[in-house]
Amino acid sequence: MISRFANPARFMRISAAALPWCSWSALAVLSAGLYVALVVAPPDYQQGETVRIMYVHVPAAWMALGIYMFVALASGVALVWRHPLAEIAAGAAAPIGAAFTFVCLATGSLWGRPMWGAWWVWDARLTSVLILFFLYLGYIALVNAFDEPSRGARAGSVLALVGVVNLPIVKFSVDWWNTLHQPASVVRLGGPRIDIAMLVPLLMMSTGFLLLFLALAMLHMRAALNERKALAMRLNRVPAPASPAGFERLAPARPAVRGGA
Amino acid sequence: MTGEVSRYLAMGGYAAFIWGAYGVALIVLGGLAWQSWRRYRASISALDRLQREFGTGR
Repeated sequence: MISRFANPARFMRISAAALPWCSWSALAVLSAGLYVALVVAPPDYQQGETVRIMYVHVPAAWMALGIYMFVALASGVALVWRHPLAEIAAGAAAPIGAAFTFVCLATGSLWGRPMWGAWWVWDARLTSVLILFFLYLGYIALVNAFDEPSRGARAGSVLALVGVVNLPIVKFSVDWWNTLHQPASVVRLGGPRIDIAMLVPLLMMSTGFLLLFLALAMLHMRAALNERKALAMRLNRVPAPASPAGFERLAPARPAVRGGA
Repeated sequence: MTGEVSRYLAMGGYAAFIWGAYGVALIVLGGLAWQSWRRYRASISALDRLQREFGTGR
């Protein structure tokens, strides 16, 4: 069933239609979000204008966690069903997740300096997000350390799955330990505890980041499929059939094991 | 007018931190988008070149 919905040829067809739509709406939502975050939203009564950093920091943190979840799920599918599109999806999403994690750390540091008086503290939340960043870098390095793309992807998948243990630590670090970092105020039991004037730019920037992620992930996946197709052509020295059917030959040549499915 | 603009840009004295944060985000995410686009274009032209070499149309 997965191969029915996630075959590379169909992905190329769907993503070709979705890519411009996604890119332009990401640009539009982010522009509007930036305007609301930087101009419309009020300063905070305690943090003053620095609260505006939150409109980049918090959505970036959500993306950092969400994309890692995506990488791990795609890695699990790639390991269990050996589906080439799943490993391509994981490999495409990881650099985007690393970029968002870096943005989260850098903006947090720029907020921490005026508000806490320190660029960095070894608090549980900050440290676990730093580990998340290193997990992304480790995954990317491992995936690219092999000549054959699917071997690298398999090694990376194992690392991505092991790293999932860090996700609940990031999320609940502010509850489990007495951290300098403030606890959750949006995603919490009992609903958001944040004023609507600040919630709106936060959600706009989050939506914009999500659309940006989708657009960039599709771009990277399409690029990776083209690269694998080119590699297969070079190795076989035979012309691949005209696309989109040509992507079928990307499927691994080993027999599929379908126990009871 | 200019006073209003410079007061806005000063961000209550936190200009360096706030504009710095938005600048870092713009550079990192914009750079990623640019690199993604270049990789995509390069993958298409490499594939086109191979397909011309093997004499198959796209």
